[in-house]
Amino acid sequence: MISEEEIRHIAKLSRLEFSATQLEKFQKEFSAILEYVENLKTVNVDGIEPMAHSVKVANVFRNDDPEIQGTRLDDNKKLLELAPGTEGDYLKSKSVF
Amino acid sequence: MEPEKLSIKEMHSGLVGKDFSAEELARFFLDKIRKEDGEIKAFITVTEDLALAQAKKADEIIAKGGDIPMLAGIPCAIKDNIFIEGVKCTSASKMLENYVAPYDATVVKKLKEQGAVILGKTNLDEFAMGSSTENSAFFVTKNPRDTSRVPGGSSGGSAAATAAGFCKFALGSDTGGSIRQPASFCGVVGLKPTYGAVSRYGVMAFASSLDQIGPFAKDAADCQTVFDAIKGRDPLDSTSLDSPEQKERLDIKGLRIGIPKEYFVKGMDKEVERTIREAIGKYEKMGAKIVEVSLPHTEYALPCYYIIATAEASANLARYDGIKYGSSEFNNPEVNGLLDVYVKSREKYFGSEVKRRIMLGTYVLSSGYYDAYYKRAQKVRTLIKNDFEKALSQADVLLTPVSPTLPFKIGEKMDDPLSMYLSDIYTISINLAGVGAISMPAGWEGDLPVGMQIIGKPFEEDKMFQAAMAFEEKK
Repeated sequence: MISEEEIRHIAKLSRLEFSATQLEKFQKEFSAILEYVENLKTVNVDGIEPMAHSVKVANVFRNDDPEIQGTRLDDNKKLLELAPGTEGDYLKSKSVF
Repeated sequence: MEPEKLSIKEMHSGLVGKDFSAEELARFFLDKIRKEDGEIKAFITVTEDLALAQAKKADEIIAKGGDIPMLAGIPCAIKDNIFIEGVKCTSASKMLENYVAPYDATVVKKLKEQGAVILGKTNLDEFAMGSSTENSAFFVTKNPRDTSRVPGGSSGGSAAATAAGFCKFALGSDTGGSIRQPASFCGVVGLKPTYGAVSRYGVMAFASSLDQIGPFAKDAADCQTVFDAIKGRDPLDSTSLDSPEQKERLDIKGLRIGIPKEYFVKGMDKEVERTIREAIGKYEKMGAKIVEVSLPHTEYALPCYYIIATAEASANLARYDGIKYGSSEFNNPEVNGLLDVYVKSREKYFGSEVKRRIMLGTYVLSSGYYDAYYKRAQKVRTLIKNDFEKALSQADVLLTPVSPTLPFKIGEKMDDPLSMYLSDIYTISINLAGVGAISMPAGWEGDLPVGMQIIGKPFEEDKMFQAAMAFEEKK
């Protein structure tokens, strides 16, 4: 069973937080799921290439032209309106430290 | 007039022949949704203004005459994780409860250009994570065939809306079965296209190497009409490709239908197995050649999927940080510092299944576990893809069940995430392999539909549709 400490560590990496009761429930569910995926360790994968994608596409290059992307100049404003904090044409953030 | 019973082609003829106008149709379906969706709850947002504006546009296109697009004036619904400019797009998450899409998804743009009438946005499992639509942060959608049961998921709203006759077709997204399983549970036809056949631009990313947008409709012909309208390469999605033209007509006589032996071993409901075997028998009577094929890595597909899909999801959902968009604790005076904005916003506005998957994905990608889990899963994925290539070289299409069970009761699997995951056992390998598959009713068990899956070679959707239509005609 995965330890509570490990769960807390993964939560921190995930930028998530859990209450003590949630943590306990989560620990159980998480352990069951991990136990299930352990099954993969029995497959022989020697010499097998890992696959990230099912279609073979090479890198696609194009000019960084806003018209191709279907964006317009007024989109900036539209995108800024979606943010909880802005100043001028910038997104606002809280202090990092 | 009973517009909900017409096929898309019949409706098109009616519109072109001026038997009814697109506006009349739009009002008919909006009215039906108003009266009946209180019980089904397929829609999160009904877009009446947009529907009537599109209907007006369609009527103008029709009045002008000439080449009238097949979907002009045809009413449809869109899963609420696909962008329509200026319309709320929530992904059924508290995180995006008030988020308004800033642009159109490519598929929506294509539908709008044809003059399709968009009636609204449909319910789903939060961020498309689930198999029953019960993980929606807002409400549970009911199966129109039996309202005590789930419609399947994650595109449960789109499947239910199509089955209930609220629209002529709907769009969904499918990462591990999210179109095919709800199509099966609601007794409609759904297509998970070959990966790359349809642009993903404007669909909220869950697992980018697995996600595809696809159509729901009442029958295979309608489903194909919608697929033809949305497919094709898009410069805005570098993974999208044009499907090569398929001129060859498929003949059921001599068609090799592969039956993967590993899919008929254990854990399947008796009713499902019987119905699928009857369907295989029908094809045989039509002259198809039934061949047994093997997909030896079948039992590893589900664990492989839950590593790859969650890993990708944990990265994709990192964008919800309470800074750029979405619900946020940014303006909460008790929240101090950037990290606190991230953590408090995500803690408050993500649901428990989403958190579970972000956690699992983060774990399998974390230092010390990457090789053991993620990289190993990617190798197993190669083996699964090889299995499909081999099986599809011995057969023209494969035929399997969609779900091991009949539609289950609302609440039945909510306390056991693993048993919920198992309901995708026959659908997830298809996403891992990147091939396409149609889900369609194979038969009925009382009032409940049993779905079968027709899997084809990459970009051979036309062949799959022809095989599906031959079965429909035979019924």
